Amino acid sequence: MNTISLEEKAKQIRADILKMLYTCQSGHPGGSLSCVEMLMAIYYKTANIDPKNPKMETRDRIVLSKGHASPTLYAILADLGFFPREDLWHLRQIDSHLQGHPDMNKTPGVDVNTGSLGQGISVAVGMALAAKHKKEDYQIYAIVGDGEIQEGLVWEAAMAAAHYKLDNLIVMLDHNGLQIDGSNDEVMSLGDICEKYKAFGFECYKVDGHDIDAITYAIKAPISGKPKFICCETHKGHGVSFMSDQFGWHGKAPSKEEYERAVAELGVEL
Amino acid sequence: MGQSLRVAYGEALRDLGAENDKIVVLDADLAHATMTSIFKEAYPDRFYNFGIAETNMMCAAAGFSHSGLIPFVSTFALFGAGRAYEQIRNSISYVNANVKLCLSHSGLCVGEDGGSHQSIEDIALMRVLPGMTIFVPCDPAEMKKAVRAASEINGPVYIRVARPICEDITTEDTPFIPGKANIIRDGKDVCIIAAGLMIPEAMQAARVLEKDGIDAAVVNMHTIKPIDSECVLQMAAKCKAIVTAEEHSIIGGLGSAVAEILAGKSDVKFSRVGVNDMFGKSGKPQDLFNAYGLNAENIINHCKSLLSKEI
Ligand SMILES: Cc1ncc(C[n+]2csc(CCOP(=O)(O)OP(=O)(O)O)c2C)c(N)n1
Ligand SMILES: [Mg+2]
Repeated sequence: MNTISLEEKAKQIRADILKMLYTCQSGHPGGSLSCVEMLMAIYYKTANIDPKNPKMETRDRIVLSKGHASPTLYAILADLGFFPREDLWHLRQIDSHLQGHPDMNKTPGVDVNTGSLGQGISVAVGMALAAKHKKEDYQIYAIVGDGEIQEGLVWEAAMAAAHYKLDNLIVMLDHNGLQIDGSNDEVMSLGDICEKYKAFGFECYKVDGHDIDAITYAIKAPISGKPKFICCETHKGHGVSFMSDQFGWHGKAPSKEEYERAVAELGVEL
Repeated sequence: MGQSLRVAYGEALRDLGAENDKIVVLDADLAHATMTSIFKEAYPDRFYNFGIAETNMMCAAAGFSHSGLIPFVSTFALFGAGRAYEQIRNSISYVNANVKLCLSHSGLCVGEDGGSHQSIEDIALMRVLPGMTIFVPCDPAEMKKAVRAASEINGPVYIRVARPICEDITTEDTPFIPGKANIIRDGKDVCIIAAGLMIPEAMQAARVLEKDGIDAAVVNMHTIKPIDSECVLQMAAKCKAIVTAEEHSIIGGLGSAVAEILAGKSDVKFSRVGVNDMFGKSGKPQDLFNAYGLNAENIINHCKSLLSKEI
């Protein structure tokens, strides 16, 4: 088995994301590239999961609430062996199990359907509460976007998480500052997000969202009686110079030339 | 040359904005997809982005209308008619608020985003609301007329805005009278009643049927509510069979509306082409249309099968 550093793996995953989107000529590069390290910290460093037993009762549950970043999730699940890597190149095609947005009934390793923003985190709250109810000690991760948290539902979920003292719930924010129509501030200002989550009763952490060790440290920090919020400072389109911090790359597939340039920048053999 | 309905929508809004300064436009972080961005560019001080918060936007639209303005609200059909349904029901429809819901990316033509984004139920949801007017335009020219007509109605209107580029079916001069269907092809054997993106498929079906000696009429039912029951009954009396075609669930949409008119009043042979009580999935729009039978071939099969059952 050849082991490569997580840094190298991050590049490989970014290249896989680009290849998927280039192949199907649709999808969301910006928000997929921004959460690579966040998902890597969960899947490679902290979560208790088993690719051979995707439905393991005691597994940690991972909810990609910003479901449009599904290519990142799929690339990692394939790398871990949940399904064959070749499947990636059929993303979004008719009859592929890899839907545009994650589908728990089609793709091994997907815990919750998402795509309609704001709902995943509410489902995650239900799963965390169910774990408490069953006296199980697995964890629930919910990854949300900074545009997504404009949904009122996200704050209803936050209220419930604190009310039920869900210290088995980790909410991770992909804080890339951008959504579809522009920056968060142009579209609908968020104010001080950490202060808001604190006021809702969360223990808050702020980390460099492209630093796997920093994210891992925040995930592992012990906590009791409160849900955890990790604000991951990221760049939309991270890793590809011409996509980085550009809201125009939210939902646009790369052309052949753009794809080749991006992969060359990453220095990954395809 | 065809244009997408959403671009036609954006342009119609802009034109309307020039004439009427009471028009305001609300969007939920999808202005670049719904094409309200065209209005925003022309009238930035009459455009309000509500962020990814559709339920808030819907009630706020009611607030605008209570204050004498005419809000046009846009997001994807599923997140408007679906997610904000009860807000539309209680804050808009129940009080007859003068709000125009112009929701885009309806139906299977959304394609690759998949079943979570393909609204196959929006017409059903809007149709059960008393007082709601529902337009399903089939091409850019019709979209422009629908937007204008919506602004002239005092009450809630739902306009379904499909995503793809559409071929031109109507012309500048084709009349668009709310509640009055357009018979775009006359015939006496079978009548295909369609709306939106299924109109070109219905026309194609009629041309093929003609070669097989079957004389098919095509009705463009651009207004689903109030529906033109007179036209439906007239075609039922004249033809041996009626087939509806819609890019929507066969439950609750155009097919159901026509069935409700025919029940007890006509014994014409009848069947529905549409999404057969299942969800959509990812794929290219054309592949999906074929997989779900939203095409001329399936319409032809329905027509022939009804006519062959004739005694
Ligand atoms: C309820 C809902 N409304 C609208 C959309 C359309 N949509 C998809 S992604 C997106 C922007 C998301 O922005 P953000 O959460 O910041 O994601 P990121 O920047 O991480 O890609 C929008 C509006 C949706 N999927 N769901
Ligand atoms: Mg963002």
